[in-house]
Amino acid sequence: MIALTLPAQDGGSFTPPSVTSHLAPFFTIGGFEFTKQMALVLLSVVIIAWFFIAAARKGQLVPGRLQFAGEMAYGFVRNSVGKDVIGAKDFKKYVPLLFSLFFFILLNNLYGTIPWIQLPSFSHVTGAYFLALLVYVIWIGVGVKENGLRYFKLAVVPSGVPWYILPLVVPIEIISNFVVRPMTHSLRLFATMLAGHLIVLIAGSGIEFLIAQESWLLKGTSILVLAGATAMYMLEALIMVLQAYVFVLLTAIYIEGAVHADSH
Amino acid sequence: MNNLMVLASANAAEAAPSPLSVNWSELLVVAVGFAILMFIVIKYVVPMFEKTYADRTEAIEGGIARAEKAQAEASAALDEYKQQLVDARTEANRIREEARAEGAQILADLKERAASESARITEQAQTAIAAERQAAVVSLRAEVGSLATTLAGRIVGESLDDDARAARVVDRFLADLEKQSEGARK
Repeated sequence: MIALTLPAQDGGSFTPPSVTSHLAPFFTIGGFEFTKQMALVLLSVVIIAWFFIAAARKGQLVPGRLQFAGEMAYGFVRNSVGKDVIGAKDFKKYVPLLFSLFFFILLNNLYGTIPWIQLPSFSHVTGAYFLALLVYVIWIGVGVKENGLRYFKLAVVPSGVPWYILPLVVPIEIISNFVVRPMTHSLRLFATMLAGHLIVLIAGSGIEFLIAQESWLLKGTSILVLAGATAMYMLEALIMVLQAYVFVLLTAIYIEGAVHADSH
Repeated sequence: MNNLMVLASANAAEAAPSPLSVNWSELLVVAVGFAILMFIVIKYVVPMFEKTYADRTEAIEGGIARAEKAQAEASAALDEYKQQLVDARTEANRIREEARAEGAQILADLKERAASESARITEQAQTAIAAERQAAVVSLRAEVGSLATTLAGRIVGESLDDDARAARVVDRFLADLEKQSEGARK
């Protein structure tokens, strides 16, 4: 991090982009600032809806290439996440939520890998808050609906624990399930996206800064930054996919815990 | 990291809020966008995919089930036909047997009836013959007696009107006749 304040030979100093650097909004209506991030979020909705409707519309028994791709994607969330985690009996009604979450997050994350766009939407925390809150409300609602108000007891009093440990365990369970869970759920996504975004930005502006230097030695070091940044870029692409998967997998696990609170 | 923190706090002091604070405009856009996406997914995407899955499962499992059903139906029909064939054969045999028995019965009846008829006719004829013969014998005996008596009376001139004598004469005459005819037959 010290390198970030490398003094430049030609006088100016390197100012890295920070977590609070934002592009100017596209336009503003009253207090509403329409930014690039919002445009990307809305674009993702259009792309996902368009792609999957186009893929599913024909519904042929022997799928074409597009339909096959759509079915692969849909079947992945439906079976590998929904069915395997929630169980074959109850998973069907949660498939739309899991499916929408996965592709909404995936596409908004992958924006970070596309040159010129290069902005994962969830590097802004608000969207992550919203999705985690939505999931939080849903799994608690599911728990109450499936088990009644007894659900809260089931959720915080683990079975098979001796009574004298309970005073210790119950507060931990309350905090971990009802307080920490939505925070980690949202911040995990947000933090990884922001970090990845920042790394790319810092590397990019670092390269730009180094290339502009007089000294050929310093110019040369930009190659190293480029190599490192490319590796990080690959890693980020992996993390973007992984985080979308993790978010949805956790959602499925939370819902499963709420549906089958009795057996936990 | 210190730099970033400093920078962040410095900026925050100017205008920009903490990166962890909520941006209400973004919240609105994400919420609306995600709601639209959920709506489309629930209304169109998931039902379409599920329908395709169901159709495909139906096409495969239903095809198997249909084939099994058709096969069961075919074998049931075959069994039925076989049964019907056996029934028909039994029926035909029964009818043939009946016809044969009936034919034999009719034949026997006819034979019996013919035999009895012929016997009856024979008997009747014999009776009639016997009766006629008896009548002929009686009338002959009476007529021949009186004729002969008359003739003899005329020839002999002797009245043979005495019945007892006449009867003795006739009997003697007849006995002679019978002897003659027996002698001729020998």
